[in-house]
Amino acid sequence: MRKFVRGNEAVMIGAVYAGVDAYFGYPITPASEIAHAAAEYLPCLGKEFLQAECETGSANMMYGAASAGKKVISASAGPGMSLMQEGLSYLAGAQLPAVVVDIMRAGPGLGNIYPEQGDYDQAVKGGGHGNYKCIVLAPASVQEMCDLTILAFDLAFKYRNPAVVLADAVLGQMMESLILPEKVSDVPDTDGWAVKGRKETKDNLIFSIYLDADRQEAHNFLLNKKYEEMKKDARAESYLTEDADVILTGYGTSARIARSAVDVLREKGIKAGLFRPITLSPFPAKELNACATGKKIVVVEMSNGQYRDDVVLHLENKEQVTLFNRMGGNLPKVADLVGVVEKAAEGKA
Amino acid sequence: MIKRSTGLYEQFSRKGGDALRATHYCAGCGHGIILKLIGEAMADLGIQDDSVFVGPVGCATFCYYYFDCGHVSAPHGRASAVATGLSRVLPDNPIIAYQGDGDLGAIGFNNAFQAANRGDNFALFFVNNSIFAMTGGQMAPTTLEGQVTTTTPFGRDTVKAGYPLKVCEVFETLEAPVFIERVSVADTKRIMLAKKAIRKALQIQKEKKGFAFVEILSPCPNNMREEPVKAAELFTETMEKTYPLGNFRDRSEKPVPTPKGVPLKNEKELIGGGKETVATKNDPSFKERRFKFSGFGGQGILSLGLVVAEAAASDGKFVSWMPSYGPEQRGGSASCSVRVGGKEIGSPTIDDPDVLVAMNQPALERFASSVREGGTILYDSSIKTNIGFPAGVRAIPFPASSIAIENGVSKASNTAFLGAMTGLGLLPFGETNIKAALAESMSARPSLVEPNMRVFETAMKWITDNLRP
Repeated sequence: MRKFVRGNEAVMIGAVYAGVDAYFGYPITPASEIAHAAAEYLPCLGKEFLQAECETGSANMMYGAASAGKKVISASAGPGMSLMQEGLSYLAGAQLPAVVVDIMRAGPGLGNIYPEQGDYDQAVKGGGHGNYKCIVLAPASVQEMCDLTILAFDLAFKYRNPAVVLADAVLGQMMESLILPEKVSDVPDTDGWAVKGRKETKDNLIFSIYLDADRQEAHNFLLNKKYEEMKKDARAESYLTEDADVILTGYGTSARIARSAVDVLREKGIKAGLFRPITLSPFPAKELNACATGKKIVVVEMSNGQYRDDVVLHLENKEQVTLFNRMGGNLPKVADLVGVVEKAAEGKA
Repeated sequence: MIKRSTGLYEQFSRKGGDALRATHYCAGCGHGIILKLIGEAMADLGIQDDSVFVGPVGCATFCYYYFDCGHVSAPHGRASAVATGLSRVLPDNPIIAYQGDGDLGAIGFNNAFQAANRGDNFALFFVNNSIFAMTGGQMAPTTLEGQVTTTTPFGRDTVKAGYPLKVCEVFETLEAPVFIERVSVADTKRIMLAKKAIRKALQIQKEKKGFAFVEILSPCPNNMREEPVKAAELFTETMEKTYPLGNFRDRSEKPVPTPKGVPLKNEKELIGGGKETVATKNDPSFKERRFKFSGFGGQGILSLGLVVAEAAASDGKFVSWMPSYGPEQRGGSASCSVRVGGKEIGSPTIDDPDVLVAMNQPALERFASSVREGGTILYDSSIKTNIGFPAGVRAIPFPASSIAIENGVSKASNTAFLGAMTGLGLLPFGETNIKAALAESMSARPSLVEPNMRVFETAMKWITDNLRP
C-alpha cells in the first residue's frame, strides 16, 4: 500500500511498524509533526504518548521506559538535541536501546528553523560526556524516514545502544510516496537485562556507575568492542560511481542535491558519481574507499565541514577532497555544485 | 551496621568489600533507617517482585546495593523523569523513586514538579538533609537561613541565595498528588511516624492510586560536624522550625480518576488510508518537470501542489513535494515545489522551475526571473505588474479567480490553474489521474467536488478557446 506523506509523519509510521511502545518529546520546529503523529497514533494503539516538560525530561523518560525493555522514541531538533545529550550518554552507558530523531535546523544557538546539517558531530561523535557512540542513520527520502526508523530500532536492540535518525528540515517537511511496511516488527527478548517488575527480572540492574577505575575501564573497552562489531552493519549507496572520475559525497538532503548534480554533469559528459552513506555511525569506510580511491572527491554538506572531516578521516587517499557547503538554512544549489565539480574535475579546485 | 531487614538483600554483595552486612552510610545518617523502613514496607505489602525502584545520584545512589527488587539507577536530578517513563510503560507495577534535596530540589526540580502536577503514578521519597552531602557539603535549595556550608561559608544569606525551598508546601498547591506528608527520622518517635507515612505511600502505589510524596528530614552528622546523637537533636531543633512535620494531604480514599478513552485500532486501521501501490516506472525518456506553486497562504497553494503530486504518483511517476514552512508561511505567503520525473528524484527543492504558477503579485515578482528558458509562467490575470519576463519564457495571464467566482466557488482559483495546466499539456500524466486526485483532495468535503470539477472544465475550455491554435 502506498501513501503520499510528509517525512516527519513517515518517521512515526515507521515507529508504529517497529512496534514502538512510547513516545516522549517536547515540541520544536521543524520536528513537531512527529509529535503530532505520535499523539494521534499511539493512544489508539494502546501505547503511550507523553509531552514532556523539556528534552532533558524526554531523554530520561526514555531512559526509564527503555529500562523496562520497551521500545521508545523521541524527536527533536538542534537546541532540543543539545538538551538530550546527557540522557544519550546515560542510555549508552547503561546499554539501553532508544531511538531519537533529529530534524536538523540551522545553528548554533537559536539559529533558525531552516535546514542544516550542523548536528553531525554532536550525533556521530558522541555529543554527551564520556566514551560512547550512538548509532546514526541518515535517511535521504520519505521512504527512508520510515525504513531507517525501523532499522534504528532493530540496531538499537541488537546492540543495546541509542540510535539517532539524523535528518533535516527538508526531509521532515517534504512529501513523497511511502510504501507502507507490511508487518509490525517482533517484540525482542529483553528478559536478560531489562527491569520489568517481575520476579524473573528482579536481579537485573540498570546503571552506569563504576566506582572502581578498573571496572569502569573494562566497561569502556566492552562498549568499544561493541562499536567495532557495529561496523559490519555499515551501509552506503553508490550511484554511477563505477566509471566515475569524480565522486560527489553527501548524506541526507545534500545527497539528493548531489544526485541531481551528477545527472547534470553526466549530461555534460563529465563522469561523476555519488557516494551516499546511509549509516554515519558506523561509518561505511570500506565502501567509501572501494569507490573513491584514486578519484577526485567533492563533499557536499549543509554544515561547516563536519562531514568532510569524517570523509578525510576514513579516506586512504586524502589529497583530493574539495568541500562545497552552504549553511544558515540555505541549500546548496545544483548549478553551483556542478560548477565546483567541473573545476575539481579539471584539477583547478 | 543495620539489623537484617526484610525487603533488603541478606548480603550486600553488589557493594563488594568485606563487610557484606554493613551499609556504606556514615554513623547517624538517616539514609540507612529510611532504606530499612522502605524495604520492610515493600516486604510486608508483598510488592518486592513487582516493584521497580529508581535510585538518585548522591549518597543514595548505592541503594541498589540493598533493596531486593528491580532497580534503575537514574542520572542526577532525573529520578522523577525516569520514574515517569517507567510508570507509563509499566502501569500496573509499583514504581518507587528516591531523591535527595540537591537532586530533587535543585537540578531536577522541574521534572519532579511536573511529574507531581501530572499525578504520575509513582511513590516519591524526598530525603531532605539541608545539604549536598556527597559532593562535599555545599548549599542545597533546602539549606536553612544562616546555615554554614562549603558554598555559604558566611551562612546562607537569603538576599543573595534565596530562601529554604519547602517542597511539600509547593506540591500542596497542585491538584494531582494523592498523598503529601513530611516526616523525620531523627529519633525513635519520629521514625515510627515516618514508617507509617512510607507504608501509606507504598500502599497507594500498590493500589496504583497515583502520585504519593513523602519528604523525610534526615540528619547528616558528617556534614554537621557533630556526633550522631547531638546531630539528631540539633537537626530536629533547627529543621522543624522551617520544615514543620505533618500530613499535608491524603486523598487515597477518593476514587482514582480514569483518563478519557480513545478508539482503539490496529496498525493497519490506523495508518491505513493507503492506496494500492502503483509501481514507479523507470522511464529515462520522461524529462523531469519542476513546478513551483506560489501565492498567499489560504489560496490552496500547497494543496494544488499535492493534487499535481498525487496525480503524477498515481501514474507511476517519481514525485517529490516540498513546502515553504515556518515564519515564511505565517507571514502570509506560501509556496511549494513539485518535481515529477521518470527516475528517482534528486533535489526536492527547485531553483529554476519549468512551470511557475503565481497567484499573487509578490509571488510573481519573486519567482518569475527564476523560470528556466522554455518554461511557462501562469499568473492570475487580475495581478497588475510591469515586471519583465525572462527571454524564452511563455508568460500567460489567466483569469483563474474570475473562473472560480463564475462557478460559485471563489476559493477554487487553484483548481482553475490545475485545469489550465492540464489544458496546456503541462501535466503529462493522465487527465483521469488529475481529476481523481482533485476529487480525492476534497474527500473531507464531498459537496465541493462537483463545483470544482466545473471550474476545472471551464479552465480547460478557456485554454482551448483562447490559447490553442
